[in-house]
Amino acid sequence: MISKRILITGLSTYWGGRLAQALEQDPEIETIIGIDRTPPKLALDRTEFVQVSDAHSLIRRIVDAAEIDTIVDTRLVVDSIVTTRARAHENNVIGTMNVLAAAGALVGHGSPVRKLIFKSSARYYGAEQDDPAFFTEDMRRPHPPRTAIERDICEAEASVRDFRHKNPGTSVCVLRFANALGPDLRTSWQSYLGMHVVPAILGFDPRVQFIHEDDMANCLEHAVRYDLDGVFNCAADGVLALSEVVDLLGKTLAPVLPPWGTGLAAAALRRAGAAISDELLPQLRFGRALDNRRFKATGFRYQHTTRETVLRLREQQKLEPILRGAAGGSYRYESAVEEFLRFSPSVRHANLRPQLGPTNSAPGSRPVPGSRTAVAQTTGDGSEPVAAPTLPRRPAETAYGSLTAREILALLPSLGPADLQALRDHEALHGQQRTSVLRAIDRLLSGHETSAR
Amino acid sequence: MADETRSTLRQAGREAARIDDDDRLSLGDESPGGEVAHRAPGLREYLAPIETERQVTDWGRSERVEGFFDRTLVDFYYNLWFRCEVEGIEHVPSEGGALLVSNHAGALPPDAPMIAKAIKEEHPHPRPVHLTMEHFFKGYPGLSMLLPKIGGVPAHPANVHRLLYDEQQLVLVFPEGRKGSEKLYKERYRLRRFGRGGFVEAAMRAGAPIVPVAVVGAEEAMPIFAHVTALQKLTGLIYFPITPTFPQLGLLGALGFLPAKFKIRFLPPVPTHDLGEEAPWDDQALVQTIAHDIRASIQDELIDMVGKRRSVWFG
Repeated sequence: MISKRILITGLSTYWGGRLAQALEQDPEIETIIGIDRTPPKLALDRTEFVQVSDAHSLIRRIVDAAEIDTIVDTRLVVDSIVTTRARAHENNVIGTMNVLAAAGALVGHGSPVRKLIFKSSARYYGAEQDDPAFFTEDMRRPHPPRTAIERDICEAEASVRDFRHKNPGTSVCVLRFANALGPDLRTSWQSYLGMHVVPAILGFDPRVQFIHEDDMANCLEHAVRYDLDGVFNCAADGVLALSEVVDLLGKTLAPVLPPWGTGLAAAALRRAGAAISDELLPQLRFGRALDNRRFKATGFRYQHTTRETVLRLREQQKLEPILRGAAGGSYRYESAVEEFLRFSPSVRHANLRPQLGPTNSAPGSRPVPGSRTAVAQTTGDGSEPVAAPTLPRRPAETAYGSLTAREILALLPSLGPADLQALRDHEALHGQQRTSVLRAIDRLLSGHETSAR
Repeated sequence: MADETRSTLRQAGREAARIDDDDRLSLGDESPGGEVAHRAPGLREYLAPIETERQVTDWGRSERVEGFFDRTLVDFYYNLWFRCEVEGIEHVPSEGGALLVSNHAGALPPDAPMIAKAIKEEHPHPRPVHLTMEHFFKGYPGLSMLLPKIGGVPAHPANVHRLLYDEQQLVLVFPEGRKGSEKLYKERYRLRRFGRGGFVEAAMRAGAPIVPVAVVGAEEAMPIFAHVTALQKLTGLIYFPITPTFPQLGLLGALGFLPAKFKIRFLPPVPTHDLGEEAPWDDQALVQTIAHDIRASIQDELIDMVGKRRSVWFG
């Protein structure tokens, strides 16, 4: 089945935003609707954002109205530092219930949804003494959940299993992600490894496995593009010992937590400002690793191994004091502005960045399929559709030349490195060679380079 | 929270070890989470490639730590202290997965590292051996850090299957488990029950041959005269033995092996890949028969070796 009308929950998470950005590039996809309780943090082109409550109670109406065929549910809260306990529970248990209700076929009133992708977490497996060294997808959790978050995850997965049983016509794909690391994430592992001296439990050196945030978004995209039915573990290749991770980060490992009464000692350290969350403790003792082969067998390739993910974290940790406040603040969602840019007839699309214009449409009416440039031209001119995808891009001088330096500067942060480079070449060769513009592009390009490394 | 965490080690750990350990170690218990997946054979090619700069393998094994122990302690015990004598090394296959099954003895059993060392020293194609250990050790501070680094792997059916089938490694199991290592001196060289035959099942699933191993000497190297239950409870260990050196000489006494002469005999491998049926491991009768045969052959071999031995110390 090819997904055409997609609903993404948890749009404001990094992976949700990245997934929407990636799907926007595909002209085959007609509609992308994102919902979350806070505005998105990444710049989006044609994704429509709807703000909802934690419980996601009105989602069924959105699904019916927009004839959604694929729900990508990335909303699950799997880390206690992200939000409060009560909100997490509301989101994880009640939210899952509502999402599944929206996707399920009621009697006499079928849901348009044919595919459900559910983002879960490896916390589902827990971390215990008698665990296998590598969890495979068909292993049940051997012990009852320990923390509230784990309880939520198990409950949510149970509802998804139930849903699969009751809706054999809908393809259900559950992705269990290992602990993620990356510059745009806020996780308990990240803050734990961010401490100057990393506390560990005396006498234990657990095995740990991570996944890079970009691989995480890619996994979700892979699941949208291909028909994957079943449960899959998503974790980078390679399992490290905690001591090796801390070594790679260039930090000191301090085995200060006693093996007995660890919880008390951790609570005391937490009061003193150390970032050790409760769900970390079993992992610091017993570790956890996943068998990631089933997802790899579907054709997915990870860009980073666990070791590389840790090395990337090290670079980020080094840059943090320098870049604090500077990076990441380039985009802020303002609903009025986004509405205006997307739907106002006064907007000349030539002024927007050279990407797909909004092709969102009412159910049933389909836009002319074509390549990226072709669609851009159609919407850009607003006149007769130019069907030939091989035509060169419309001469940019007309639109670009009319922009003032200030307008260009305002646009720059929303562009990717490739576009920036193209724009720089153009400005240097054909434009007015404004130094302010060139310098601004150079600055942004160097920023992209450092963050890409 | 504190109580919950403490229970990780104390209750969950100890109780679980108490109830299940012999079965787990024998790999026979279909415990929750313990089922071995029926995976498509094609998944083997998706194993992670080896990263050369790594300090430990995906199993947590460290070449550096293992090499250090191998050059010092194990080398000393193998060559000078126990003066190991090895027979039938040709029965250990040079490639492919194989399950080594051995008898088990001694409070701190020296047989496991000696068998691994024997393969390293005597075999024409030395291969690393993965030693299965009880889950208890994963939860005990210090040991949980050290044992995986020198080749210990928790005795979980899924672990054994992955090593044997996917990674084609040598795995050493002690089906007697704790019952073997805790038995008293007066019961020496009498094999205990081989669990529930789970090791045969694991080998069958992986299609790997079983190589029985008989070890003489470990029983006399650290004889156990008695067990102290109160101290066992206090320390949280699986048992607290009285041996010639422990606990009189403290922790060092735990390494105080007597210089018994070691003889390790590898027996001809028992193939498991040609048992015909679709899933021979479902046939419990067959599994039990093979397990019993292997136990009997090791027992016979032990009686033969002990009978021919002229001296405990000089062989």
